[in-house]
Amino acid sequence: MARYIVRRLLWMIPVLFFISIVTFALAHAVPGGPFDREKPLPAEIVANLNKYYGLDQPLWKQYTDYIGLTRNPAGEFAGVLEGKFGPSYSSRSRTVNDIFRDHLPVSATLGLAALAIAVGMGVPLGVLAALKQNTFWDYLSMAVAIFGVSVPVIVLGPLFILIFALTLHWFPVAGWGRPSQMVMPSFALGLGSSAIIARLTRASMLQVIREDYIRTARAKGLSERMVIIRHALKNAFIPVATILGPMFAALVTGTFVTEQIFAIPGMGKYFITSITNRDYPVVMGTILLYAVFLVLANLVVDITYAFLDPRIQYE
Amino acid sequence: MTTQERAVQRLTNGTPVPKGQERKVTNLWLDALQRLLRNKAAVLGGIIVILLILMAIFADQIAPYHYAEGDSNENYMVPLWLTKVMPGHMEKYAKIGDKFILGADYLGRDILSRIIYGARVSLPVGFAGALTALVIGLVYGSISGYYGGKVDNIMMRIVDIMYAFPTMLLIILLMAFFKTSFGGANEPGTAAYTFNQINKIVDRFLGLEGGGMLFIFMGIGITAWMGIARLARGQILSLKEKEFIEAARMIGASDLRIIVRHILPNIIGPILVTVTLNIPGYISTEVFLSFIGLGVDPPTPSWGSMISEGSRAIRSYPNQVLFPALALAITMFAFNFLGDGLRDALDPRMRGTS
Repeated sequence: MARYIVRRLLWMIPVLFFISIVTFALAHAVPGGPFDREKPLPAEIVANLNKYYGLDQPLWKQYTDYIGLTRNPAGEFAGVLEGKFGPSYSSRSRTVNDIFRDHLPVSATLGLAALAIAVGMGVPLGVLAALKQNTFWDYLSMAVAIFGVSVPVIVLGPLFILIFALTLHWFPVAGWGRPSQMVMPSFALGLGSSAIIARLTRASMLQVIREDYIRTARAKGLSERMVIIRHALKNAFIPVATILGPMFAALVTGTFVTEQIFAIPGMGKYFITSITNRDYPVVMGTILLYAVFLVLANLVVDITYAFLDPRIQYE
Repeated sequence: MTTQERAVQRLTNGTPVPKGQERKVTNLWLDALQRLLRNKAAVLGGIIVILLILMAIFADQIAPYHYAEGDSNENYMVPLWLTKVMPGHMEKYAKIGDKFILGADYLGRDILSRIIYGARVSLPVGFAGALTALVIGLVYGSISGYYGGKVDNIMMRIVDIMYAFPTMLLIILLMAFFKTSFGGANEPGTAAYTFNQINKIVDRFLGLEGGGMLFIFMGIGITAWMGIARLARGQILSLKEKEFIEAARMIGASDLRIIVRHILPNIIGPILVTVTLNIPGYISTEVFLSFIGLGVDPPTPSWGSMISEGSRAIRSYPNQVLFPALALAITMFAFNFLGDGLRDALDPRMRGTS
């Protein structure tokens, strides 16, 4: 198991290396520079700025500087490998690390809240549907599920604002910080995923409760509640766990949309404006960071597997 | 007498099956079609999809106005009937009128017409995404799974790397790249120029005056094929050791013939289902791109850009966001119903799963 984890972690190195090269090339291939303005700055100033940030260097040197393999114009190793994501060209008083520190927690909180809602609603709905198969409850939860899959956050967001903020006045229209401001965005983002989880839980639960070991558990006189929680649910959760990794990734990137709708000061706004502003370090840093999240989330899921199902073994 | 009829005769010892009890001799696809037609939700979804396609094709005839045509006297018009359904503060800010049935946007353009023309963006994106994912994924997965060994190993590691990209962020970056590098290319002879010309042809073919649809297809296509590739590979791995493949190889069929004639027909079902179920995802990706301004170029209407414009003034003019959002939701419902039905029809054992 330990060897497996180490191997997976080592595999991250070429993956992230590749992603950084592709992202760097793509970001720099977008025409224009970070100091292009509608009213152009004097050429000398642009030249000085480019020199200061090392943008006059050949592209490969800029890349190695960014990664931290070579000394930057200031003569020091200050790249991603040293934990420094560089300066932000458009908000010049702050580094990319500052931006991460201020705005990443917001996005992460939103993503996690949505995930909590997805699991917290999806699993019970799925279990209920499976245990009461072909009854009203089954149809109701599956109707909720198909609604959740079909109505994307971009529709749910404005709809929530219209109903719960403007008509019923339960929650504030937008913003972030107070718990009441977090309810609508988290639900808007998490509902779709909860639908996917509900459908998957139902399917896998239906399969598991027909297994022999469930009959055995009942036969030895366990209470129904015990059978469901200890034996059925634990095994039914395995397929659900497999999609939690990709789902978390989707939710984390989904925060971008949600943040736009509810005016939440997360990473979304920074990433989108940084692309149009050619703010390369912000673009690169965000993509790399999210890629690390993604790879780690998938690893955690694979490890969780092994705990849930002892039959799964990694060598 | 056909082979099937002969087989039936042999099985029934020559006694003819009583009239009215014969089981119709049919094939897998007809059988699946019959099951699909019995599924009410899927039929409803299918009908809506067909109606949407017709709406997109005949937008010029159906829409009361052209999508870019604005009436400057009717900016921000809210329809009268809506103020009765949703009494609130609309009367305070908005211009109430009844020229346009769903109201008008900030340039006085008819929202209904823009929604109708918006289908020319959303549907092609859904289908093009599905087609690209299908073609690339199938070819890639087939090669990887069929040849196995080192080829398979390398090809699947590439898929792993692609999976590690945060998809949404990559699409955003790709779109920025396509739009600025290709979209503005006016110098003949360069690759960027060629792309731009193809893009213009695609836009014209779709009946839009500009819009940059090719770039959206490319952005979604590049990030959409990996799931299908993995699925196809897995299916082929499990098939290629089967006896009938062995037999085909024995009588000297070429690799290409084996893949196309013997393997693909056996794996196409689950792959088609997955692709259909992914269509709503492609559609909502475009909607999101247009929402943040990296999708279609104005004045081409996209439900995403309409929702984006509308959500800025949701309090005073809810009609601007409500109706495009409704159009999007109905489309997503239809494709999901159809995809679910297709899955149940092609593989009854999978009913109710995932």
